[in-house]
Amino acid sequence: MTFEADARAALSDVQLRGALRQAATLFAEKRRAAMATAPDWEGARDRARAIKDETLLHLDRYLAQFTANAERAGARTHWARDAAEACEIIGRIADQRGARTIVKSKSMATEEIDLNTALARRGIEPIETDLGEYIIQLAGETPSHIVAPAIHKTRGQIAALFAEKLGIAPSDDAAALTAAARQALRRRFAEADLGISGVNFAVAETGTILILENEGNARLTTSLPHTHIALMGIEKVIPRFADLEVFLQLLPRSGTGQVLTAYQSLLTGVKRHPDDEGPDELHIVLLDNGRSRMLRAPVTRQSLACIRCGACLNVCPVYRQIGGHAYGSVYPGPIGAILTPQLIGIERAAHLPYASSLCGACRDVCPVKIDIPAVLLHLRAEAIAQRAGTSRFFERRAFRAYAAVMARPRLYEWVMRVARALHFTPPLRAWTKWRDLRPLAPRSFREEWRAGLGRETDPWSPL
Amino acid sequence: MRVSLFVTCLADQVWPSAAVGAVRVLRRVGCAVDFDERQTCCGQPAFNTGYRPEARALAQRFIEIFEAGAPDAIVSPSGSCTAMVRHYADLFEDDGWRARAKAVAERTYELSDFLVNRLGVEDVDATFAGRLTWHDACHGLRDLGLQREPRRLLRHVRGAELVELPNAESCCGFGGTFSLKHPEISVAMLDEKVDAIERAAVDAVVSGDASCLLQIGGRLSRRGSRVRALHLADVLAATA
Repeated sequence: MTFEADARAALSDVQLRGALRQAATLFAEKRRAAMATAPDWEGARDRARAIKDETLLHLDRYLAQFTANAERAGARTHWARDAAEACEIIGRIADQRGARTIVKSKSMATEEIDLNTALARRGIEPIETDLGEYIIQLAGETPSHIVAPAIHKTRGQIAALFAEKLGIAPSDDAAALTAAARQALRRRFAEADLGISGVNFAVAETGTILILENEGNARLTTSLPHTHIALMGIEKVIPRFADLEVFLQLLPRSGTGQVLTAYQSLLTGVKRHPDDEGPDELHIVLLDNGRSRMLRAPVTRQSLACIRCGACLNVCPVYRQIGGHAYGSVYPGPIGAILTPQLIGIERAAHLPYASSLCGACRDVCPVKIDIPAVLLHLRAEAIAQRAGTSRFFERRAFRAYAAVMARPRLYEWVMRVARALHFTPPLRAWTKWRDLRPLAPRSFREEWRAGLGRETDPWSPL
Repeated sequence: MRVSLFVTCLADQVWPSAAVGAVRVLRRVGCAVDFDERQTCCGQPAFNTGYRPEARALAQRFIEIFEAGAPDAIVSPSGSCTAMVRHYADLFEDDGWRARAKAVAERTYELSDFLVNRLGVEDVDATFAGRLTWHDACHGLRDLGLQREPRRLLRHVRGAELVELPNAESCCGFGGTFSLKHPEISVAMLDEKVDAIERAAVDAVVSGDASCLLQIGGRLSRRGSRVRALHLADVLAATA
């Protein structure tokens, strides 16, 4: 299994672990401070979840309402059953417009469908314009965090990368690095034929899409080129414009620890007059790619309530140790561990539900109260029932034997007594390589009980 | 108050002093304690690893055993195993079993929860000389919402000084089979905890789950530390 090897490599990468610890701690602190500025955080979480639950129960209706209203405002909507269809739709639009250069703002959905590879195959050059995405595109990597894609990189590594790829003088100064990226990107914006963005929320009653960002690059991506394509998972729809109020409280605070992002672009259709801002054409691509399967049961359906804030990654003790890449999943961390197996099938991601200690920090921090540990447990049961992933030959037998012994108290006691008498040490090298193993007690509790504890009545007898 | 002790298999075999201590403390605060010898394991290892049929069979056993005798409360020296019992209803589709599972779960308490919230007792007349720190075991903290309860009990222990770890609420990396499936990640998480414990210069780290204590204690002793790992019931039972 590559997860084990990748995790081991990550654990021995001192720079990575330093970068992760610093970034995750900073995020967590900023989040706590921002949370305190919300008038009723718990109430907002409950309201947001209720809105998501209601939407997901009637998703067909809200999607129909959204597409009808978006089309009425001048947008074109397209349905994509899977990643291949979505890439095909976007690629075809780009080809029809004769696009050679495409600017992109940050979108995890485009990562999910591996859009950049599909575009490159058509001879189109996609340019990532979010600073973090730009960094990892220059480095030839993938995002390791859903909000901060380059979180795994230190400033020194970015300085070296920019010196090599952009030909600037090596500099550790964040302002100088940002200025170099901005200069390179402004040129690309000017020459781009088409802009591609993601979507944070899609409002059914108005056909509006909302994009949150801090760098202004999404605003440029969606307004400068003549054509704008927005890719959204079908779960992004919310019923009413007024619902944005609660989500705008939750998402920036949870994601980046901001009370509000620097930019909120509300886009409804295309420009109506020649001197209006905005594109001549807006295409909205609605992506299923496994999402509708999750609607079947409440336990899996809640995965679709996710607003992609990344807070669960920042608090996850596993993510904090190994970072995003080791998961081998477009969506890393706790949310990735439940999303990816459902999107691509448990047989292709059976290791992910086990990449967790089930500590529950993700559930506590989630702004829409997704019970991530419950979904992880559900997916583990699915992995076992469907015999997905590694063979588990010994594990299956061990659990069968365990259940058989535990169903028979006298057999259980006898087995444990024999183990104790023989000073049996289980072959748990995975434990004992790093930790001492506490031996079985000389006398079990039940033996203590029978030997007199059960009849004792003096409440003051010393231990 | 008639209390039936849910000892947990781990305490039974590896950390019996926690269960003995729980019995002594419960009697000290006026409870009559019973122990049904038919009990074994609550099924959590199977449930958490994905073996639902095995977990369900053990859950049914547990429900039948603890329905018998109709105790006022079922008390366990483990937040994790108590949380498992609270999850039992999810294992069943059948309404009858779900109702029985819920009825048993409602009467099942982790020790500190029972003492502080059910009995209203914070001082159990314990004496323990030493500087202590509390490790919040994840399921007690996040599944059961117990945070102040064990600390209140420990602050009333005569001779004990309670100091807080900066990462008291971070997972120790045990996670059941996680500790064996991903030992390196598990130990990386553990070392952050153990580093903080050693910096706190305490005599003992105290927690409410034998499983975390095996993990933390096993690493402390491997690193040659003199800090002891103790169960909450070990400390609360101590009288001199």
